[in-house]
Amino acid sequence: MITAENVTKWFGPILAVDDVSFRVERGEVLGFLGPNGAGKSTTMRVVTGFLPASGGTVNVGGFDIDDEPLQAKALIGYLPENAPAYPEMTVEGFLRFTAEVRGFRGAAKAEAVERAIRTCFLERVRHQVVETLSKGYLHRTCFAQAILHDPPVLVLDEPTDGLDPNQKHEMRELIKEMGKEKAIIVSTHILEEVEAICTRLIIVDRGKLIFNGSPDELRSKATNAGSLCVRVSGAEEAEVVAKLKDAAGVKKVDVIPNGEGVCCRITGKADPSTMAQVILGAGWKLDKLAVDAGRMDDVFREITIPDTVAEDAE
Amino acid sequence: MKALRSMWTIAKRELAGYFASPVAYVFIIIFLLLSGFFTFMLGQFFARGEASLGSFLMWHPWLYMFLVPAVGMRLWSEERRSGTFELLFSMPISPSQAIMGKFLAGWLFLGIALVLTFPIACTVEFLGDPDWGAMLSGYLGSFLTAGAFLAIASMTSAMTRNQVVSFITSVVICLLLILAGWPPITNLILRWAPWNWLVEGAAAISVMTHFDNLQRGLIDLRDLLYFASIAGFALFGTGVILKSRRGA
Repeated sequence: MITAENVTKWFGPILAVDDVSFRVERGEVLGFLGPNGAGKSTTMRVVTGFLPASGGTVNVGGFDIDDEPLQAKALIGYLPENAPAYPEMTVEGFLRFTAEVRGFRGAAKAEAVERAIRTCFLERVRHQVVETLSKGYLHRTCFAQAILHDPPVLVLDEPTDGLDPNQKHEMRELIKEMGKEKAIIVSTHILEEVEAICTRLIIVDRGKLIFNGSPDELRSKATNAGSLCVRVSGAEEAEVVAKLKDAAGVKKVDVIPNGEGVCCRITGKADPSTMAQVILGAGWKLDKLAVDAGRMDDVFREITIPDTVAEDAE
Repeated sequence: MKALRSMWTIAKRELAGYFASPVAYVFIIIFLLLSGFFTFMLGQFFARGEASLGSFLMWHPWLYMFLVPAVGMRLWSEERRSGTFELLFSMPISPSQAIMGKFLAGWLFLGIALVLTFPIACTVEFLGDPDWGAMLSGYLGSFLTAGAFLAIASMTSAMTRNQVVSFITSVVICLLLILAGWPPITNLILRWAPWNWLVEGAAAISVMTHFDNLQRGLIDLRDLLYFASIAGFALFGTGVILKSRRGA
């Protein structure tokens, strides 16, 4: 549905997006991750046709965003960062305007507006002026604008920013539900969000694409990924370490200081059930055995450069 | 057809936006008060003893110089300040539709204000036997001047998200367009550089020269072309500036 190829964007002498390529198909929710100022929003603005790319191409549903912008834009619903809306309009008026720009007339317009109001729970504020809305409602109003024409492509720039925990949950459920049949790009810097809603994710840093894969793949890149954690009681530390080290596939055994029993992290290709047999066979008590799936934020920290190291690009 | 509909949608929203804020009412009241004051006090409407709109319409370029930039300054700066700019340009409408739609809204609004001055035309009709052709062409000249100034305000509005900067810049440009053909200025130029072509060139780009023709009831294609090209140029400039704002 969305194909971005070698997208590059210069702002004067500053390179904001550097040769980024990705694809999103229907049924996918693509998470767009990166530190602040990494080029997430710029990339999204290029994809939605708001900013022209300095190089590379974006194709949405078979239409090039530069050559056939109107056809391409008709397929996209876009929630910009900070959820802008015309301050002097009422929620309903704003949605009616959006519907008209999107080509809805008469009964179809009324129906599209009603559906958007229902989906985004805006019934209570429909006659309220946008200026007076709380941040949560403002966000939902702008989101309603994005989904009003039931677009096959949704581009959401930090959709949960500034929402309370309940609203965040609602928004995520909504995105997950819509992701079943639409192609969705969501930018965020909240890792738990990626876990909750994304089927695939991309990490950009300093304008460059540095990771493209599933959340599991990202986790597996963690140094600790695949290691085993065990807690054994009824044995001496040295004894346990020596025994475990001899077991098949074990590369290294590190003792984790802990109050009760002996805690070890086993790295290597050790099999959990083999380890359990080894421990139980020695007559010890196995309190805990866990496979570490790797932590996303560890990987995120490892592959992105913190601001303190290099200067921000945006 | 679809392009016209999108344009009209934009224009409708913008026009409603004017009336949703006090701007519209303040503008209309001030415009009517000032034009009345100029007509009767400075223009000496009664002492002239003419059944014409001369003493009324002659002030319009000067009034528009201040008032039109006040109407036009929000066209794009407001859009950029509130971020709706991004929304607008990711919707399936072309930049020229958006620019024309917004311009039309402002122009229609100015037209409404102008129509509300009808009592003065009625007064002239009641007191004397005016030439309605000349009065209508005078009104046309006033409306065209407002349009040209509004296009300039639209251009300066696209340049900055600061409405004050936009306002001042367009006032200065409008002032230059008025003064270029004003006798005290043309005489000054003549004394400083005694070449007739320079003075005539300056006068030709002045609003006043073309405005005066229409005041006299002279509808010349060249004058209409003048207003159309000023507006066309400024609106084209708006497009170029908006594009560069997005590109750089």
